[in-house]
Amino acid sequence: MTDQDKILSEVTQGDYKYGFFSDIETEIIDRGLNEAVIRTISEKKDEPDFMLEFRLDAFRRWQKMKMPDWAYLKIPPIDFQGISYYAAPKKKPELRSLDEVDPELLETFNKLGIPLEEQKHLAGVAVDAVLDSVSVKTTFKEVLAEQGIVFCSFSDAVREHPDLVRKYLGQAVPVADNFFAALNSAVFSDGSFCYIPRGVRCPMELSTYFRINSANTGQFERTLIVADDDSYVSYLEGCTAPMRDENQLHAAVVEIIALNRAEVKYSTVQNWYPGDKNGRGGIYNFVTKRGICRGESSKISWTQVETGSAITWKYPSCILIGNHSVGEFNSVAVTNNHQQADTGSKMIHIGKNTKSTIVSKGISAGKSNNSYRGLVKVMPGAENSRNFSQCDSLLLNDTCGAHTFPYIEVGNKSSIVEHEATTSKIGEDQIFYCNQRGIDTEKAISMIVNGYAKEVLNKLPMEFAVEAQKLLQISLEGSVG
Amino acid sequence: MLSIKDLFVEVEGMEILKGINLVVKPGEIHAIMGPNGSGKSTLANVLAGKEEYTVTHGEVTYLGEDLLDMAPEERAQKGLFLSFQYPVEIPGVPMVNFLKTAVNEHRRSRGEKELTAGEFLKFMRTKMEMVDMHAQLTNRSVNEGFSGGEKKKNEIFQMALLEPRLAILDETDSGLDIDALKTVAHGVNALRNSGNATIVVTHYQRLLDYIVPDHVHVLYGGKIVKSAGKELAFELEEKGYDWIKKENGE
Ligand SMILES: Nc1ncnc2c1ncn2[C@@H]1O[C@H](COP(=O)(O)OP(=O)(O)OP(=O)(O)O)[C@@H](O)[C@H]1O
Ligand SMILES: [Mg+2]
Repeated sequence: MTDQDKILSEVTQGDYKYGFFSDIETEIIDRGLNEAVIRTISEKKDEPDFMLEFRLDAFRRWQKMKMPDWAYLKIPPIDFQGISYYAAPKKKPELRSLDEVDPELLETFNKLGIPLEEQKHLAGVAVDAVLDSVSVKTTFKEVLAEQGIVFCSFSDAVREHPDLVRKYLGQAVPVADNFFAALNSAVFSDGSFCYIPRGVRCPMELSTYFRINSANTGQFERTLIVADDDSYVSYLEGCTAPMRDENQLHAAVVEIIALNRAEVKYSTVQNWYPGDKNGRGGIYNFVTKRGICRGESSKISWTQVETGSAITWKYPSCILIGNHSVGEFNSVAVTNNHQQADTGSKMIHIGKNTKSTIVSKGISAGKSNNSYRGLVKVMPGAENSRNFSQCDSLLLNDTCGAHTFPYIEVGNKSSIVEHEATTSKIGEDQIFYCNQRGIDTEKAISMIVNGYAKEVLNKLPMEFAVEAQKLLQISLEGSVG
Repeated sequence: MLSIKDLFVEVEGMEILKGINLVVKPGEIHAIMGPNGSGKSTLANVLAGKEEYTVTHGEVTYLGEDLLDMAPEERAQKGLFLSFQYPVEIPGVPMVNFLKTAVNEHRRSRGEKELTAGEFLKFMRTKMEMVDMHAQLTNRSVNEGFSGGEKKKNEIFQMALLEPRLAILDETDSGLDIDALKTVAHGVNALRNSGNATIVVTHYQRLLDYIVPDHVHVLYGGKIVKSAGKELAFELEEKGYDWIKKENGE
């Protein structure tokens, strides 16, 4: 058993392995949302005026907006006044060394297999750890700084690199883009910021690990990644939350901006608490992720493995402005028990000779519902553009559902858009074949599902691919029969 | 080793096997022949534990235990191997993963240490030679895009890896070219010892030139209607099944 496995088995609670709660002294502001709350958040974070303006603008617009209802999801009413919009570990102030970090907090991340001590960490991965509303530690910050790379919490970025933040914030996801993005823009508390300077290939994987800990709070983090000309970065995101009977709201925004010939790979393993077998509890995950390929020949790829959350509403997108720019979306979404997912991608072709690929693999079990929703839009000026989309659904039983909603708009004659979709049920014959070789049904399904998802899993960085495979297995435990 | 008593089996409400009796002892080779649709594969699948087949009557003892009471994987782990008439494709699952999992599940059930990837690859190579299995195949997904003959060879390759006590070969010879047939037969013979047994389902006497049976049975209309020594296979090859059908009142 590896250390990580040991840690995991120690904290095992039911099927969800990360469901523990840490008793960390936390400052939580009163529930409710109004301008005063937003001013409080901004004040607590000691923000410059432009940030407060950004938030207030977003809030005012959000107040006039309605929650979207077009997704294939049953969303119970959410009481936005019943949520606390800011929770932070108390012992946070100015960490000079790790010794000053609350030991309980270190332990929390250790239990999650994310040691914050750099020497213990997986070689080659820098981590920004976010607990509830704030970033508690960013590793390898100094090493990266030597190459001019900025990798820090969003709050630090606002203080230390206000010009960069001001220039790029809201470029990919404007404040009033949608209901949840507007809410996030108003109240977001922290997240990660990353800037890769011109010509720099980031020497290690950058990653943010999000953890919700407190009850009755929402998590609204914001990530902004800017890759300057001819740069490259691979970015990972992971997340977990304690098991609770009530639902918790998570509404994040991720923005990526890729300049000339820059490449950004963004990978997510989403493992928020999915609720129990009867559909009680779980995270409502409403996320806006969008990348702009601003520069020519730039490339943004989204790879996601979605196994968690009670409800997932998420469409990582690429806006391909630069000529010859490339967008990619690779997704495995697993739903079990009563989980609901409505997820997919948008590819907007604006520049000439732009290319995009969408590979979506949905896996449904239990009584869950799993939908793919995708938009491929080729603008009239985007001559000679290409898109290929493949959406496969795998059903593990007769009680779950899979749906596909592809939208295609092609504005010129020189572009080619292809869409393929398949739905299959896991084969009894395949399972029996495995059984006959001594492999039990649970293992057989996990093997078949991993095989089915392999094309996407292969796109993940190595460390993550292994974790993702294990996750698929855990999420589908008890899904047979 | 295996004892089948008065076995009746239904599929989707249709009675397919109507009172099978068969005893297989360690070291023996039994051949089962019979016209298309007579129930040979059904028998093989029931022994392996396929779910959609319902046993309505009778009992099967394997190594002193009630076989019908065991889950399919348990039967496999206890050494019952079925070479499928139609091997199944599992896209995306690499052969090596599949085989290593299978071998280690067998080992685990016997309380043996699981093989590491390195140990397994070494072990696998010796078996590849034995049945002349090419690396081009082991590098692919399970049976995916394999030709008919390659699939059959792959079955015997798996048999070589799992070293079963009782192997049931369901028309493993169909689709094999003459050289492959010899290699496969050679493999089966090499795996033979006094402690294990083989049931060969085939339509052709040719295979039995290489894998010489101790007993030949004719399955017809869901029953074993004739049993004899290896000479019965020659007789069937020569005369076909009409005389059997006549003897059984058609
Ligand atoms: N799953 C099933 N559903 C319906 N009928 C079935 C099923 N399996 C077998 N049968 C029927 O049972 C009968 C016996 O089939 P079986 O496959 O055992 O024959 P066989 O002796 O192996 O024939 P062959 O020599 O062609 O392989 C056939 O009529 C077949 O159609
Ligand atoms: Mg048959």
